[in-house]
Amino acid sequence: MTTDDNATLTPADRPYWMGVLARAPAAALETAWAGVAPGPAWHLLRAPECGLVMVQGRAGGNGQPFNLGEMTATRCSVQLADGTVGHGYVAGRDRRKAELAALFDALLQGPAGPGLMASLIAPLAAQAAAARTETSRAAAATRVDFLGLVRSR
Amino acid sequence: MTASFPAGLAPGFADPALAAQVSFRAALTALSEPGCLVALGHGLAPPPPPLGPAAAALALTLLDHDTPLWLSPALRPAAAYLRFHCGCPPAAGPEAARFAVVTAAELPPLAVFAAGSDDYPDHSATVIVDVAGLRAGGPLVLSGPGIADRATLAADGLPADFLACWAANRGRFPRGVDLLLTCGPLLCGLPRTTLVGG
Repeated sequence: MTTDDNATLTPADRPYWMGVLARAPAAALETAWAGVAPGPAWHLLRAPECGLVMVQGRAGGNGQPFNLGEMTATRCSVQLADGTVGHGYVAGRDRRKAELAALFDALLQGPAGPGLMASLIAPLAAQAAAARTETSRAAAATRVDFLGLVRSR
Repeated sequence: MTASFPAGLAPGFADPALAAQVSFRAALTALSEPGCLVALGHGLAPPPPPLGPAAAALALTLLDHDTPLWLSPALRPAAAYLRFHCGCPPAAGPEAARFAVVTAAELPPLAVFAAGSDDYPDHSATVIVDVAGLRAGGPLVLSGPGIADRATLAADGLPADFLACWAANRGRFPRGVDLLLTCGPLLCGLPRTTLVGG
């Protein structure tokens, strides 16, 4: 894996932006890619391929891990002309989305990283957070509190 | 995409499932008919030098995360490529490897590789040797299973004591290592059953 000694974005930020890219809508990535002009030279190291990953869960978040089930995932790896390698891992079978996620992962490691972080990753993360809040608000409205009745003897 | 890319990593098979089957079939042919030259690695993007297309195609076909790989020093530049595409862990030394890719000049004595046991002769190493030249009709005379009468082979650059090493390897049958000789896109199998005379 090629790492770029970038002053602003560090490898420690990478899981964050890869996660945001993985959860972003494909259309948003496509639009953003159209806005990257001129597109850098790149080639596929590993063409998008679909597979299964085992999802593990823990009861209550802290019990014994158990295999919840398998989910489809698509991965892709690209290389830019400067040698930077980008990986994209996304849920589902959208090959193009995996390719775009890999391309943005590669770009984010380079000098364009800080700019993209502000123009692409931050809005996408905000969108995802808003959607999450909306869902939990809708769920909270229908919440039933099971109060423990203290039974007297 | 005319830009040049750094050599350390390169694309693997364009169609991994199909290309790996074709390469596997080629490896089977090569091992069942020692001395027969087969071509493979068609459609594979050029691997990082000095790894040749046949050696790369074999590696991409045969290696996975269960097969520790040892590379001879000259082939270390291809380590990242093989790790990326195959996920194979690096072996600490030739003795710990299930597969080894070596150049002919750096071929260690065959006795250092895992030879399996009498109960499990399949627990041996398979060594892919990238030789300087490979053609039929040379000084090596092959005979044994899979060869009607005798086959002749020229493999350039093998160590001077190769014949003695091979005889020793043949002598500990059913233990022993199998060789896959490659040069460019060509492959020739040399299983442990084959007798090689000079």
